[in-house]
Amino acid sequence: MGNLSHLDALEAEAIYIIREVAAEAEKPVMLYSIGKDSTVMMHLALKAFYPEKPPFPFLHINTTWKFHEMIAFRDAQAKKYGLTMLEYKNEEGIREGINPFDHGASYTDIMKTQALKQALTKYGFTAAFGGGRRDEEKSRAKERVFSFRNAAQAWDPKNQRPEMWKLYNAELHKGESIRVFPLSNWTEKDIWQYIRREQLEIVSLYFAKERPCIERDGNIIMVDDDRIVKKLHLRPEDIQQRKIRFRTLGCYPLTGGVESDADTLDAIVEETLGAVESERTSRVIDHEGAGSMERRKREGYF
Amino acid sequence: MNDLLKFITCGSVDDGKSTLIGHLLYDAKLIYADQKEALLLDSKVGSRGGAIDYSLLLDGLLAEREQGITIDVAYRYFTTDRRSFICADTPGHEEYTRNMACGASFADLAIILVDASKGVLTQTRRHARICALMGIRYFVFAVNKMDLIGYDEAQFRAIEVEIGALRQELGLESVRIIPVSATEGDNITKRSDRMPWYDGEVLQEYLETVDVTAGAAAEKGFYLPVQRVCRPNQSFRGFAGQIESGSVAVGDTVTALPSGEQAEVTHIFVADHEEKRASVGQPVTLQLSREVDVSRGCVLERESGLSLADAFEAEILWMDDVPLTVGKNFLIKLGTKKIPGILSGIAYRTDIHTGEHEPAERLEKNEIAHVTIAVTEPIVLGLFDEHRTQGELLLIDRITNNTAACGVVRSIGAAEDAARVYATPAMRSALNWQKPLVTVFRPGADGTTARAVAEAEYRLVQSGRHTYLYAPAAGEDYARTAAHLAAAGVIVLLVLGADAPRLDLPEAREWSALAPAGEQTAQAIAARLLQETLLDAAFAPGQWVI
Repeated sequence: MGNLSHLDALEAEAIYIIREVAAEAEKPVMLYSIGKDSTVMMHLALKAFYPEKPPFPFLHINTTWKFHEMIAFRDAQAKKYGLTMLEYKNEEGIREGINPFDHGASYTDIMKTQALKQALTKYGFTAAFGGGRRDEEKSRAKERVFSFRNAAQAWDPKNQRPEMWKLYNAELHKGESIRVFPLSNWTEKDIWQYIRREQLEIVSLYFAKERPCIERDGNIIMVDDDRIVKKLHLRPEDIQQRKIRFRTLGCYPLTGGVESDADTLDAIVEETLGAVESERTSRVIDHEGAGSMERRKREGYF
Repeated sequence: MNDLLKFITCGSVDDGKSTLIGHLLYDAKLIYADQKEALLLDSKVGSRGGAIDYSLLLDGLLAEREQGITIDVAYRYFTTDRRSFICADTPGHEEYTRNMACGASFADLAIILVDASKGVLTQTRRHARICALMGIRYFVFAVNKMDLIGYDEAQFRAIEVEIGALRQELGLESVRIIPVSATEGDNITKRSDRMPWYDGEVLQEYLETVDVTAGAAAEKGFYLPVQRVCRPNQSFRGFAGQIESGSVAVGDTVTALPSGEQAEVTHIFVADHEEKRASVGQPVTLQLSREVDVSRGCVLERESGLSLADAFEAEILWMDDVPLTVGKNFLIKLGTKKIPGILSGIAYRTDIHTGEHEPAERLEKNEIAHVTIAVTEPIVLGLFDEHRTQGELLLIDRITNNTAACGVVRSIGAAEDAARVYATPAMRSALNWQKPLVTVFRPGADGTTARAVAEAEYRLVQSGRHTYLYAPAAGEDYARTAAHLAAAGVIVLLVLGADAPRLDLPEAREWSALAPAGEQTAQAIAARLLQETLLDAAFAPGQWVI
């Protein structure tokens, strides 16, 4: 595909993958995390089937600690495009009061990894699109586009199906499923350039704004509601207004912001193109030691 | 706007390919700060003492770190002012040939590392052969470790001659040979002053400027493998897919294959906006002027020269741990078509190192062979050298679902022998999802009753098994009938008298040999037969050819 620009080539590849899954998988679903990668993936799904709506639902795993602006954005997008948006929460985890302050790594496991597995099992989805990119982390660099999960939903990195050309093998036995990553070959830079080119709407949290913040373990954490105030016994003087934005979105107590003046799409892209720190530095969970992401993924984390 | 170059690096464990790519990224200042920190940190506990070990940048998986080798393809991304790059870093060891083939199928260009102190080795030949098989047209031989031979021109020229011979043998179209040192950074991104005798481009400059589309432009005509029929409402029917060759405009007449029906293109959507024209690489949805018989797996084309056939010859790379035997059946994926087929013969095996052809009855993992394949109905085929997409295929194991082989179409409408399509007992068995079995019951003598056997069959049918309760009349040749039923993939419950002779049939079992302890109830019989007829991976369908 010689004459296409690199963004056109990446777009064509992703649309091809999304259409293949829709044609071959028995019950697909697109995971939607509300962030910039999900925004691009949703946009590609809308393009892939136009003028038809995407022939599958979207699924958001809600840990109950997401930024409020994210949830509002999610509901507005689903309404705007007429999409089926499923939400799943791990009710057992909620009853047990699992939270990011007291439960550390097991919080992510219970409210995110386990919740995802429960949701996929509940609905019987056989293929789940995820917005993962290979440039995010070293162990992701080796994941296939079609990533096979056994009946226990685990990934076996030593035994991946060979993947040739664009011939994807989506054959499954009962109970097995696949994760599909249409954005495998995109970089963070590609995502932002594409958002700018297509003028996509993104969550306001990506734009710099004065926000109430505290500092915790070297990360700038936004005070999104009262729960963090109670948990950490914050006094009013602990909270400062700082002009920050987020390069990646997740649960607000675990997502560090960066100080920035970038309050337009162009400014964000400019800032990102010159970035000297890769985006996962602001995700707290990735720093638990070499190979932590791979371990988590073997257990079913996206 | 930048375009995108996908390339692969091949070399064995000690050739330093991870180091070369690490250096390419590092010199270009493309490592993000925290990865760089992690790299320095890893180096402290790493293998080579204080110095930065660039290869640690690339080896992602825990298992690989533990073994200190690269076992799977790692994809790396970087951009220069002139181009965006995706690099597939692949394992060099023979055991991981299939992983290398994955990376090669993805790439337009191959960088093959040659150790300057060793020259062209059998593994160099293997790497080049796999890359050529998977369709790569552009090759760079990076003669690495020039520092170890004192940057000696004479030794480099000798290696150049060896590569020239390899080029001829494999018929490689475009070949560059560059002397480099990955650890020292010579001729990777910057011209080395230690090899003034080399006046060609340095590696990065070549990668930035090479045009890999020249060869691909030679594909004839227009074709679009249909991925999906788009039907949002009664009035709209569109055919979605990616254009694999040429271009199409509103008003063009296209032919639907295999039906052969023709229609005019009335509307073209490129993704979500309407256009008058679209060309190779673009994702489109086409609307046609009249109803034609088109579904997923069909191809819309114009003057492409694609063929219809139900048999063809392919060059395949066998990738499964279980050896391939003639007569094995598969799901074949080719373009957007998936169809049952059978590997009807092995013409010859190609020695992966020397290229010599040799006769073969079976194929082991990582072996290459010319084979004949027959499918159950005519499909749209192209020779791989002429039509990439309709000439690439996978063989998917029908029982394990593994991708057992990949291959490319070398000739269409194969020899008469290959055209003989036949179903095997294994295919029928796989379709029924059960192992055939003939169980001989002797009511009154083996603890069963005729009533319990009948009820056991009822229970088996309820569990989805295909069965036949067979109580032959006097004088009937029941042994022969039972053999046919077994070949049809059926579970036979054969009721005989106490004195009737034993059945001489591989699938036959006396109930007395299978019976569990205790009362022989219908439930116990059904449970035992269910267990006995489970289809498992150990069941080798290749052995079942008539």
